[in-house]
Amino acid sequence: MIELRGIGKSFKVAKRSAGLTQALKALFVREHTVVEALHDITFQVKEGEIVGYIGPNGAGKSTTIKVMSGILVPDQGFCSIMGYTPWKQRTAYVHHIGVVFGQRSQLWWDVPVIDSFELLRDIYRIPAAAYKANCELLAETLDLRDLLHVPVRQLSLGQRMRCEIAASLLHGPRILFLDEPTIGLDAVSKIAVRQFIKTINKEKGVTVILTTHDMSDIEALADRILMIGGGTLLYDGTLGELRGKFGTQRTVTVDYRAHAQPLDVPEASLLSWSPERAVFSVDTENASIADVIARLSRQVELIDVAIETKPVEQLIVELYKEHDV
Amino acid sequence: MRLYFKYLSILFRSQMQYRASFWLLTCGQFFSPFVMFAGVYFMFERFGQLRGWSFYEVALCFAVIQMAFSLSECFARGFDAFSGLVAGGDFDRLLVRPRSTALQVLGSKFEFTRFGRLLQSIIVLVWALTNLPVAWNAAKAVTLVMMVASGVLIFTGIYMLAATLCFWTIQGLEVANIFTDGGREMAQYPLNIYQKWVTVFFTFIIPFGCANYLPLLYILDKADGHEVMYMLAPFAGALFLLPCLLVWQIGVRHYRSTGS
Repeated sequence: MIELRGIGKSFKVAKRSAGLTQALKALFVREHTVVEALHDITFQVKEGEIVGYIGPNGAGKSTTIKVMSGILVPDQGFCSIMGYTPWKQRTAYVHHIGVVFGQRSQLWWDVPVIDSFELLRDIYRIPAAAYKANCELLAETLDLRDLLHVPVRQLSLGQRMRCEIAASLLHGPRILFLDEPTIGLDAVSKIAVRQFIKTINKEKGVTVILTTHDMSDIEALADRILMIGGGTLLYDGTLGELRGKFGTQRTVTVDYRAHAQPLDVPEASLLSWSPERAVFSVDTENASIADVIARLSRQVELIDVAIETKPVEQLIVELYKEHDV
Repeated sequence: MRLYFKYLSILFRSQMQYRASFWLLTCGQFFSPFVMFAGVYFMFERFGQLRGWSFYEVALCFAVIQMAFSLSECFARGFDAFSGLVAGGDFDRLLVRPRSTALQVLGSKFEFTRFGRLLQSIIVLVWALTNLPVAWNAAKAVTLVMMVASGVLIFTGIYMLAATLCFWTIQGLEVANIFTDGGREMAQYPLNIYQKWVTVFFTFIIPFGCANYLPLLYILDKADGHEVMYMLAPFAGALFLLPCLLVWQIGVRHYRSTGS
């Protein structure tokens, strides 16, 4: 459905140096440095997937989204999305995609939401019946009924984001690009937005590509992670695989009835100990958690056991570290 | 075209959210060219005529160009205010919609308060027309309408060129004002009062002369033969928009390859 092969893009950036003389000089002669924003990006996305596109700031996420949505023309490489080359057949292609820029609104600020929707209907030339059906479905699933007649400027950020997503789905696109859809949202709104993304993916089979800095978005939504850093694709795999790669460590915390002697557990390394509580780190590659707990229960009278995996956030940080970005 | 009116309607409703500001600005717009026109009036009071042009003839010239200017500022404001659209990154949004960029930019902004200025110039127009001894016929009336329309298109073309500059530099747009405001000021008077090169520039490069001076000669029966040519001058002026559209397309292509 989506195929990118060897996409590369570099930008000329004007050098800015400090000092008045330098600034005056820059008025006439501008020195440019060439920044390689994307280098040999290659990946494929199948229909119906949800792909989380992650990477630190300035890594090239937005540039990739811009190339895929037909805004930017890359310097080299091949890209085919639903049979279109996005930047060549722009107007035909964009009928099939929806784009949400989390930081920018696409709704008309001073008029009720429904007016914006109707204008979008005319922009996309959505047939009346399809518009009505889509509008009702979206209002239902996103719980927008009460919001449709409120001017956009009076909506809260969470309410607005729900309307933004609805607006980009009115024309029934097959692919949805979400650029930081949960930025600045409160916990309740975040969950509502994620729930909705899942729903349209499941029920309508919409392929979703989302960029985010919030790893809980990835955890809740993405089947697959693409990580980009310094313009290069560094990781392509599922969250499970990432866990397998870095996440074999478990932290086991046990509470027990006061026990004076130190515990003896050769399978695990002791992180902290007190007469009532001990914390172990277990590498699941070498030992099973069950063995550790079994051994512990022979030595002390256990009250509570908690097993924690490393949070995704931590995994991503390690991935960034491994690739030095 | 239908979509253009939809844009018009939604932005009009937006504007109506701020009624007080709308009325104040409209009044302001009504009075600002009034001062300019008063200048013209007092000049004629002092000198009687200008190179064979009477006060009412110049008033007609003034009214036509002011009408064209206010209409273009109202309906093509999107291009005039385009730098904001690029700087804010909202131009990307237009590119992911299945319509031409020119139409979407036109629809991005309207300046309804310019109706104040329009009203003022209509008053001047009516005043000038009732005092001019012109033998009116259908052809002349059509020509007059075409003059205003042609002026609107020329101003729009200049806004477009200025907007295209935004793709290369966000600053330095004051250059365009030389042609919009400057052109308007010059074209308020019949072009033959100026130096030759000014006349040539505003006839063949930025063809304001085609929109008011040349057809005005026809309306006032000052044309020396070839009346049809003078009458059709507004169409020639309107052609100015075509190269502007072309330049705009080049600008959009540049934007899409540099992303800046």
